[in-house]
Formats: sequence, C-alpha cells, structure tokens
Amino acid sequence: MNENIWVLASADSVAIATTLILAALGALFTERSGVLNLGIEGILLTAAISSFLAADTSGSIWLGLLIGSLAGALLACIHALLTVVLRANQIVAGLALVIFGTGLANFLGKPVEGKTVTTIIHPLSFGPLSDIPLIGPIIFGQDIITYASIAIAILSSLYLFRSRPGLELRATGDDPATVDAQGLSVASIRIRYTLFGGLLVGLGGSWLMLAQSAAWHQASTTNGIGWIALALVVFAGWRPIRLIFGAVLFGFTLQLPFTLQAEQITFIPSALMQMLPYLATLVALIALSRPSMRNKLGAPQALGTPFVRDER
Amino acid sequence: MTNTSHEVAKGPHHESGAAPSALSAHSIVKRFPGVLANDSVDFDVLPGEVHTLLGENGAGKSTLAAMLCGLYQPDSGYITRNGERIALSSPRAGLQHGIAMVHQHFRLVERFTVAENVILGSRDLSFRLNRSELEDRVSAVAESFGLPIEPGATVGDLSVGQRQRVEIVKALYQGAEILLLDEPTAVLVPAEVEKLFENVHAMTQAGKSIVFISHKLGEVVEISDRVTVLRNGRVTGHVSGRGTTDTRELARLMVGRDIELTTQRASHATGHEVLQIRDLSLNVGGVSVLSDISFNVHAGEMVGIAGVAGNGQKELAETIAGLTSPTSGSIAITGSMSTDRGPIHARELGLAYVPEDRLGMGLVPSMSILDNLLLTRDRNFVVDRASVEPEAVRLIEQFEIKANGPEHIARKLSGGNAQKVLLARELSGGRSATKLLVVCSPTRGLDVGAIETVRALLNDARSAGQAILLISEDLDEVMSLSDRILVLYRGSIVHETPGESAQLATVGAAMAGLSTEGNA
Repeated sequence: MNENIWVLASADSVAIATTLILAALGALFTERSGVLNLGIEGILLTAAISSFLAADTSGSIWLGLLIGSLAGALLACIHALLTVVLRANQIVAGLALVIFGTGLANFLGKPVEGKTVTTIIHPLSFGPLSDIPLIGPIIFGQDIITYASIAIAILSSLYLFRSRPGLELRATGDDPATVDAQGLSVASIRIRYTLFGGLLVGLGGSWLMLAQSAAWHQASTTNGIGWIALALVVFAGWRPIRLIFGAVLFGFTLQLPFTLQAEQITFIPSALMQMLPYLATLVALIALSRPSMRNKLGAPQALGTPFVRDER
Repeated sequence: MTNTSHEVAKGPHHESGAAPSALSAHSIVKRFPGVLANDSVDFDVLPGEVHTLLGENGAGKSTLAAMLCGLYQPDSGYITRNGERIALSSPRAGLQHGIAMVHQHFRLVERFTVAENVILGSRDLSFRLNRSELEDRVSAVAESFGLPIEPGATVGDLSVGQRQRVEIVKALYQGAEILLLDEPTAVLVPAEVEKLFENVHAMTQAGKSIVFISHKLGEVVEISDRVTVLRNGRVTGHVSGRGTTDTRELARLMVGRDIELTTQRASHATGHEVLQIRDLSLNVGGVSVLSDISFNVHAGEMVGIAGVAGNGQKELAETIAGLTSPTSGSIAITGSMSTDRGPIHARELGLAYVPEDRLGMGLVPSMSILDNLLLTRDRNFVVDRASVEPEAVRLIEQFEIKANGPEHIARKLSGGNAQKVLLARELSGGRSATKLLVVCSPTRGLDVGAIETVRALLNDARSAGQAILLISEDLDEVMSLSDRILVLYRGSIVHETPGESAQLATVGAAMAGLSTEGNA
C-alpha cells in the first residue's frame, strides 16, 4: 500500500499549499505596493481563531471564512496606519504585528484551546473523476478554496502585468515619486493593497483552521507558515504564477517528514526535514537584506521605504 | 544641423506684444518655515516661447515652478491660464490644464518599458492593457515632435539623454501645452544638450510654451526668448531678446554684484610626483568599475577628472582614499605604497579627502565644528579638546566660516559653510601635513559666492605646493581650474589634455564615449 501513502502525501502537499498560496499572495500584493508586512504569521493566527470562533458559534463555514478574512484585513489596517500614514519603520511595525497577532489569538483562543471545530470544509466531489488512480485524489480531491486560490493567483498575475491598475501598483512599489508626480496618491494605493493583502492572508488563515487543523492549538495551528509565505514571495520573484509552484514544493517539503515516518524511512532524521522550510525562510530573509540580491531577485525597488514627497 | 534649427526658431513667431500669455503667475508669495521662497513674483510665458527662470540655488525658481505645475500652492497671489484664473491643487490639476513638469530627477520607473512609463497615470486607458497598441500610440506622439524613442525598450537601459526624451514624450502624451524643464541640462553631456535644444525648438514651433529653469548663463542666453532673473525669492530683472543678452549683466542680476570666477592655473613649474597610480582596476560584484587606470599628480598641480556621473569617479576617489581595495594595480602617495593599507595609513602619508557627500561622509552632522576637526587630529585615547580649540577658532576666521564658534553643530551650517569646514579640516592637515588633496564635486549645490571662495581655496592650496585631484561632474569647473584634464568613461581614462588648450567639444565627446584617441 506504499503507493497510497505517496498519493495521500501529494494531495496533502497541494492542500498545505493552499494556505501558502493565499498568505503569500497577500504578502505579494502588499510588497508590490512597496510595503513590507512581516506580520503575516500574526495575521494568520488571529484570522484562524477568528474564523474558528465565528464558525463554531454560527455553525456556518462561510461566515467563518468571512470573519477570518476581515480579521486579517483589520490587522493589516493597523500596519497600513503605522507604516503608510505615520511612516513608521516597516520592519519594526511588522514584527510588532506578529507579537500583537499572536497575543490576540492566544487571548481569544484561551477558552477553546484544543477544541475541535464542529463543521469543516469538505472536498468537492467530481464523481468518478475523483476515483481515478493517482491523479484523482490530487487533482479532483480538493475543496473549493484550494481551487479558488489557484484561480486567484492566475487572475493576480493578469491583473499585475496586463491591467492599468496593476501597472500603477507595480510603479508604486518601484518608484513612488513617479506615481506621485502623475497625480496618483501613493498613500491610497499602498493602504488599499495592504488591506487587500491582509484580506487574502486572513482567508488563508481561516482555511487553514477550517479545513486543515480542525482543532485550535495556539502553538501549532500556523506552525510558522506565515514566515514561509514571506520567503515564498522572495523565491517566486514577486510573481504569482511562480508562487503557485513554489507553494506546492514547500507544501510537499512540509508534509514530507510525516510521510517518511509512515514509510518508516529513517535514514533522514525527520527533525532535519521539518527544519528545511524554515532554513529556506532564513536564506530568503538574508537575501532580502542585501540590496544587490534584492534587485537580482526582482524585489520592488522601494520595498520597505516610506514615501515622503521631497520638499525643496 | 543644429545651427540651422536655431536660426529657424529665432523666427519672430510671437512678435505681437499683446498676445495673451499661455500661463502667468501674479504676485505669488510662498513661505517655507524660516524662508520667504517667493516674494510677490510675477511671471508669464507666451505660446511658442522659451521663457527662462534664472537664479542661483535657493533663489526660488524651483519653488515657483512647483507652484506653476500644481505641486505646491501659493500662500497668496494667483495663476492664470490663457487669461483665466485657475486653481492648481495637485500635479493632476496641472496636467488637466496642460501644464507638465520635467523634473531634474527623472520620474521614471526603471524596470518599465518606455511605453509603460509614458502611459502611467493616464486616466483614459481601459482596464486591460494592449501592449502593442500602446506602443504604437506612444511612437506616434513621439514622432510628431521628431523625438525618436523606442517604446519597447526598458528605461533602465537608456542613457540619461534618452530618459529625458521619454519624460518629454510623457508630458506631450498627456497633452501638455506648457512644459516646465527643471535644470534639464544638469545631467547631460554637451552633445545631448544640443539635441535637447533641437527638441525644444521643435516644440516651440508647434506652439508649445517652454519654461526653462537654469543657473547656467551660457545656455540660457542660447535658448531663451526671454529671461526672468530671481534672487532671494524676488524678481531682480527681466531680459528679452535672444542673443542680445550679456552674460555679465545676467550674472550681476543673479548674484547682486560683479563676480569673477577664477580661471587661474599653475604658472610655476610643478614639482615631484605626489600621487602615482599604476594599472588600477576594480571589480565590484563581477562588474568592472575601474580598468587599467594609470596617472600621476605632481606637487603644485591640479588634475581634473571629468566625466558623466557614475563612470567610476566615486570608486576612484574611494580607492585612492584607502576606503576600497583595488582588484589589481597600485597606488603610491609621496612615494610610499598605500594600496590595501586603509584610510588611516593613506592619511598618514599626507592624503586629505573631501568626499562628495559632505554631511554624510565628510562631517558628522550632529557634532560640532571642533569635534569634526578632532576626528582627523591626534589619535590618543583621551581627547584633548582644549588644545585644538584655538586652531578651530583660527580656521573659522581664516576660511570665513559663518558660525557661532567652534561649538556650532555641523548640520546647522549652510551647504557652503559646511564645505568650508570640511576644506579647512582637510587642507590644514591632520596628523601629518597635507600633500595630496582629493576633492569630489567641491562646489555642488553651493551658491555662486561660496563657489568663488571654495575655488579660491583650492587655488591657494595648489599655489602652496599641494597636489590636487579634482573629481567633478561640473565640466565648467574642471575646465576652468585644472592644469591637466583626464576624462573617465566607463571606468577607463579615455582622454587626456592640458587644461589650457582643452576644447569643450573634444572633452564633451570623450565624456560621451566618442573618444577620438581610439583607446576607449
């Protein structure tokens, strides 16, 4: 039955990838406007518990997803206020958001720690298609949000590179002074995409809760996926399509330790495997800190820099 | 070719004195904290005319232009367009009235193509972008004004002159009738200036109005139909008529007194070699920044390095100063090797270094004049401020630094005075007497009065037998001060000429990479 384990593993990779795609797309939109939001992990956690509480009390998954997404946007709103309106240091504000989001999730989730959500998102059924060996469970065994996340990523790519607002968004991240001189409001663009980014991250966090975790554990629900999403944006070169493949790859790596354990393959320590995505994150953050590397990777050139119209 | 087009444009296409002005400013007043930037300024430009705003740095010309395009709003006074009063609340409002500004620092996204840059911010576009259709539209606009551009090219790959053309096309694409050109020639080599002037004439022929902002007298006389001179925020004179203008008169209006920018060169024989550079090469991140540079600077000689910004000037200065280790080659100061020995060693050999970024690398902005002076003095563990104070007082007097005393904070000095403090510190010698002075863009951003002083100080240092390496992007400065001129292009010295016989055209061509010596 070894084959089955690998099929399940692949299906799991795609599933984990959903959260990654949504969270990383959120980060991508935010960063394309020139705002670096390191608080993704905190937003994911807060969104997860918010969706849990909403779904648990109302019994509706859709309300859970909605509330979770809005919670994400709300937290991103704090980041936008601090960094765009008040022009605070984006790294400091982002780290503060991680701490705040984690603390808030801890506070909200204390009464339900370890509790299982009553209703969860179920995979869509494609009838006989889902029963096709190998590709059936992988391609036709996912739920609607997973399919939606891939669609959102493809639409995002078209929006960024083939539309007028996308052009303006990319220009804002690269050269806000130019956008300002054209009479467009840099602040408004940055706030909008930071909020939209938070909304996507929130959706990712809600989905993680309602489709994956099923039980709320403050310490292990997100498990650092927010940080991995940030790294993923870097490795994808701020391009949505590449991000899909990156997310699947990361998703595969994330579940690999469990599969290997199930297969009783022990020559690679599973702790080492579990470490890999985080190691990749570390590498990505180091790369981000070097200006020459940033340019090579295709980072928005004004990423992390508050915009002030130069007075003369 | 250029001459003919000049002739054509001098034609009297707006002789009627009563033509309604395309754009006028009436009694404009603008205050910034502590500064009266514009003091009841009147200004107007006619259709098809080049009207120049001339003035020193800080005279208020950029502020006025910023109000004419909607970037700032006047505190009092008003602006009319074709005789009708208009409110310019933002750059977008300016564009809607057909007023566009071409900024000194280009407002272009380097990663975007030319076409993407041109259409950025246009509201008449559909949600979906059709690349080839856009490129055709941009080309059509550019060609109708004789401005050749490649709409599909990435802006980051273009030369400075080409980027400026993209800016102009962008303004025209947005339907600008009045173009404000803010110091457009500051970044161009002479050949590109010619090209720009041709473009300006093509635009005025088409009935566009040009507001030309500059402080360079020669080009102002060449391009302008009328000139308005600003000083300390006030209009000090109007001059009209092309070619009839005396630059001396304009200079007087601009500065408020007669000025004499010295063009003194070493008359005495120069001494021994103080700086010897052999086969110097530098690679940064796999890219060659300097390649095979060899030259000497003698005692009592000023060698000027000319070149367009970014051709290796900064790296050359920093390598000589010991801040960067070269990939290969050697540097000797007063006969001793200084390669790879670091900045302290170079200074002990008699090097003094005036970096371009005077408040960033030159002085510590938050420290006093005295403390800044102490930085290059003795390196004992305990700082003896009392012993250096008399010297600080003496230098403040000698260099005519406008400061409250040795405790004056460097950041609070004007640009000219900060530069004087830096020169005073470097020229007066630190732990060892100064024998070699490396100065980078010493007069950049200074007003004419301060430029005069700084240049005189450099001349005095040369007369005193110090060897000077002058690295400057201001070609006039290099031409008028240097005993010998070297042109740096893409990290190589492509041209060398004695200062006295240097020709602007030849040096300019070398700066643009069109070396006639064939060793480029």
